[in-house]
Amino acid sequence: MKKVIQRVRDFKLGTTLMLVLLVGIWSIPTIGLLVTAFRTKDSAASSGWWEAIFAPLEQEWSLAAFETVLTRDDMFGSFVNTLVVAVPATVLPIMIAAFAAYAFTFIEFRGREIYFAVVVALMVVPLQAALVPVVRGLRAIKEATGISLIGSFPGAWLMHAAFALPLAIYILRNYMMTLPMALIEAARIDGASWYQIFWKLVMPMSVPALASFAIFQFLWVWNDYLIAFIFVDSKPVMTYRLLRLLGQYGDGWQDVAAGSFISLIVPLVVFFALQRFFVRGLTAGSVK
Amino acid sequence: MIADVLFGLMSIALGIAASYGLYWGLDRLVNLTPEHVQKKIRALAYLLPAATLLSLILIIPLLQTFVFSFMNSSGKKWVGVDNYIDLFTDPQFIDILINNFLWVAIVPAFTVAAGLLVATLTNQVGPTREKIFKSLIFMPMSISFVSAATIWSFIYVDVPPGRPEIGLLNRIVTALGGEAQPWMLITDFRLNNLLLMIIIIWLQTGFSMVLISSAIKGVPEETVEAARVDGANSIQLFWKIVLPQIWGTVMAVFVTTLITVMKIFDIVLAMTGGAFNTSVLGFQFYQEYFLNANVGAASAIVTILTLLIVPLMYIQIRTVRQQESLR
Repeated sequence: MKKVIQRVRDFKLGTTLMLVLLVGIWSIPTIGLLVTAFRTKDSAASSGWWEAIFAPLEQEWSLAAFETVLTRDDMFGSFVNTLVVAVPATVLPIMIAAFAAYAFTFIEFRGREIYFAVVVALMVVPLQAALVPVVRGLRAIKEATGISLIGSFPGAWLMHAAFALPLAIYILRNYMMTLPMALIEAARIDGASWYQIFWKLVMPMSVPALASFAIFQFLWVWNDYLIAFIFVDSKPVMTYRLLRLLGQYGDGWQDVAAGSFISLIVPLVVFFALQRFFVRGLTAGSVK
Repeated sequence: MIADVLFGLMSIALGIAASYGLYWGLDRLVNLTPEHVQKKIRALAYLLPAATLLSLILIIPLLQTFVFSFMNSSGKKWVGVDNYIDLFTDPQFIDILINNFLWVAIVPAFTVAAGLLVATLTNQVGPTREKIFKSLIFMPMSISFVSAATIWSFIYVDVPPGRPEIGLLNRIVTALGGEAQPWMLITDFRLNNLLLMIIIIWLQTGFSMVLISSAIKGVPEETVEAARVDGANSIQLFWKIVLPQIWGTVMAVFVTTLITVMKIFDIVLAMTGGAFNTSVLGFQFYQEYFLNANVGAASAIVTILTLLIVPLMYIQIRTVRQQESLR
């Protein structure tokens, strides 16, 4: 009997129920979206999505909304555009940040503390604070040389890369500081150059931190609206398209839901598959 | 479309090759100098590309924005402090500042409190349940503000009278005997602002939970055990033993959320477009720059925002220093 009571106590029924309630409340909005995406225009307008859950057989279900947003609203094109923005914007800053973090961590130089303090300070600067001059500068470059970075993918990559650098340098340096200094000193004594040590020792050992940053940055860029709005408005990304859809909810909430669903899939897959790295990236220093 | 993908792939390859070549070249250049010079300039050479990008796209523009805030709408003529005077004498802007203040006063506190609650509860139920519960609370962190806005529209939506109720909040209110409301239009007590804040608390709690949870796991078991032996109950344990030991993390989460909230922009754009007295500094910048094409006013607004964030910047740097001295 005692054992049974102990078991029941260990199960923590009260705490579990409280958590189920909390998590339930937390999930309600998302469930509403997922359900609505699979409804027809008529049923989405004639009853609440919660009613559809409780009486699933009396409902019309359909994939029509997905077809509509993928073709009529070209969500498919936006999906590709978002990918083309996000992947380079994730890959490009990594090497730049890694070299900087390497210098900050392992090489003594004058003013190191001050420069690093500047990097930390830049992490919290709102990116809007730099936008006006950057856009004007790029327009001036266009007038002078004819090269247009506004309305182009490379413009968005450069912006995302630059804005990501402070956080990337910070995360990578924090990680590199935990690497065994003795190993690097031994390699120095054996005659390895700083350049070789970076590629052969520090980069391979920093893979977990690199992965954390990559996931963090990928999600950030995927979910960004502002930079994409300025730099690739001729090739709209998903957040941009989704905002438009939200404005046309008169065409039916199922379209909004389906569009949102499509833009959510990638972040959710990345999130659930790589949660471990994502969490580490956040704990390492998320102040973006 | 295939062209775009190919272009993207080629750019990645080209970008990697170019940056690899750049660093290789920089290293070569350093190696050409005498030994004692090498020592001094190697780090700077490795920092050069990052420093260049940061200067050109962040630091110099930041200063230029400050200068533009003293210029007219086209950014060509000096107007002194007129932009600031215009802003601070405009009742609408004062409302915006009040909104920003409310965001800052409410969201970080609730986010931290909710994170603490979930972290404490999940810590007691064993690894399997802990993992599932945490994933579900954390999930919103991975989605965009625009997606969050669409998701919450299914809660807040209001339909014309006579149509079936499809917004959950209105259904709950009518079921309780109340009347359906156009939630986003209610400016009394800035209720619509509060409803927007709920969305951000929903998004950010996962972040706060994850950080606080890992701090709780770092609390030494002996301290908890000792207090338990002395007869402390679980509420006393939390307030007197656990909380003091994770206070540093709690503050760090608080400040980080505070900074996020000060810059808030997308959610306002997506939910109300800044109408019905819901605008905030981040959104007003967007409005002035992209819709009104007023460079001076936009720069002044964002300068005010940056100046409000500077004290937080100081706290941030101090926290980093403290963490490092603990290492």
